[in-house]
Amino acid sequence: MKSPQSLDTSMMKSATRQNTGAEDICLEVNDLDLFYGQTQALKSVRMQIPRQRVTAFIGPSGCGKSTLLRCFNRMNDLIDGVRIQGNITLDGANIFAPSVQVAQLRQRVGMVFQKPNPFPKSVFENVAYGLRLQGMNSRRVLDEIVEKALRGAALWDEVKDRLHDNALGLSGGQQQRLVIARAIAVEPDVLLLDEPASALDPISTLKIEELIDELKNKYTIVIVTHNMQQAARVSDHTAFMYMGKLIEHDETSIIFTNPREKMTEDYITGRYG
Amino acid sequence: MEHTNMTQHISRRYNQELEDIRNRVLAMGGLVEQQLLDAMTALEKLDGSLAEKVVERDHEVNAMEVAIDEECNLVLARRQPAASDLRLVVAVIKTITDLERIGDEAERIARMVGSMAEADGANRLFTQIHSLGQHVRRMLRGALDAFAHLDTEKAVDVWSEDRAVDREYESLMRELMTYMMEDPRSIPSIFKAIFAARAIERIGDRSSNICEYVLYLVHGKDVRHTRLDQQKIEDQD
Repeated sequence: MKSPQSLDTSMMKSATRQNTGAEDICLEVNDLDLFYGQTQALKSVRMQIPRQRVTAFIGPSGCGKSTLLRCFNRMNDLIDGVRIQGNITLDGANIFAPSVQVAQLRQRVGMVFQKPNPFPKSVFENVAYGLRLQGMNSRRVLDEIVEKALRGAALWDEVKDRLHDNALGLSGGQQQRLVIARAIAVEPDVLLLDEPASALDPISTLKIEELIDELKNKYTIVIVTHNMQQAARVSDHTAFMYMGKLIEHDETSIIFTNPREKMTEDYITGRYG
Repeated sequence: MEHTNMTQHISRRYNQELEDIRNRVLAMGGLVEQQLLDAMTALEKLDGSLAEKVVERDHEVNAMEVAIDEECNLVLARRQPAASDLRLVVAVIKTITDLERIGDEAERIARMVGSMAEADGANRLFTQIHSLGQHVRRMLRGALDAFAHLDTEKAVDVWSEDRAVDREYESLMRELMTYMMEDPRSIPSIFKAIFAARAIERIGDRSSNICEYVLYLVHGKDVRHTRLDQQKIEDQD
């Protein structure tokens, strides 16, 4: 045995690392490259997103985190000149396979954006919209599912007496939870949240964060946020991206206390730039 | 030192706040070192007035602990520090607790001086304690250096030194017991010497605690309640 003085302290860093691979994987990104015309927005991204956990993407503007998020339900298909290499699997199946119907994929992978975007319809119709698209018209079933979705989005108590009022009359925070209710009404597997609270006041933000905590019992959640404390509060895993590359992906508790990469450290401590 | 770029925050004021905290910890460390030195000198020379000064100055150490604590709280509330910044604040909060306790031990040693001054044969006892005191003072100095320079090698060195201090303390105890058996009349003054030695030995423990916080600060790894050799084996796994 070597003397205590010869202890190599550089080895101490590696010992607390845990592999996230042991968990049940929902989404898997394999060497994904994405180009907007000539510009490469994602560079061989590889990651695994565990089921029923919250995974947060953080990074400076333009680092590719929203682009990556939009890949998960193929929202990038709508943009001209986008070229994708590599693949993403949802429960093991490639979402870019020719046989995949995009509408069905988006039913399984719901999305909520930064600005609440309810339809100019009643609260009820907003939540029932996706179900009606699927051909569901039974009033009784719709009532039941709408209530369940609104309860799931922690909004029921606030809107149960005004279900037939126009949704645009709700506050911003209520509208955002309504949009989440609309997304979960069709029972997706995954919820993508793109800056879901950045247009909201602090109390509404806390309600959304509380909701995220509830929702992860049923859904796999991927959230993009510029608010690092929010990522630290709500997520189980955090991925830091920079210039289209995934720099570090680890448990949130590690990323915010002892990240492995200097770039991650600089970014989350506010030294970046 | 890979994780410890103390400058370069985008917010210069934040830089300044963290730098202030660090500097104040070092200032507190300096004061505690001086207190220990004075207490040891007072004990050695049975200098009652120096001992009194140590007792009086202890409140300065306490006040510094409170002030630094307050500053750390403000940084936590205002900046929500993360990663190495967070570890710095946590390490500081813990370090100043140990420094304050070292201050208390120094005060305790100083309080022995008055009551020992009259006792016969006191000098003989103090030469024994003196060497233990020197050893521990080197540890405290080393721990503060390791903190100042975020020097983990130094921290590990000082940390492992604690066992040597423990052994020295034990052999001193055996010696003091022999004196008691030889001459029961010396028991009261030897008891005082035992208390003083005990206080010194505790300072060694607390210095090695500070080294643990330095290792935590730099590597993000908690090494408390582990032994060095055990640590080494875990790292190899």
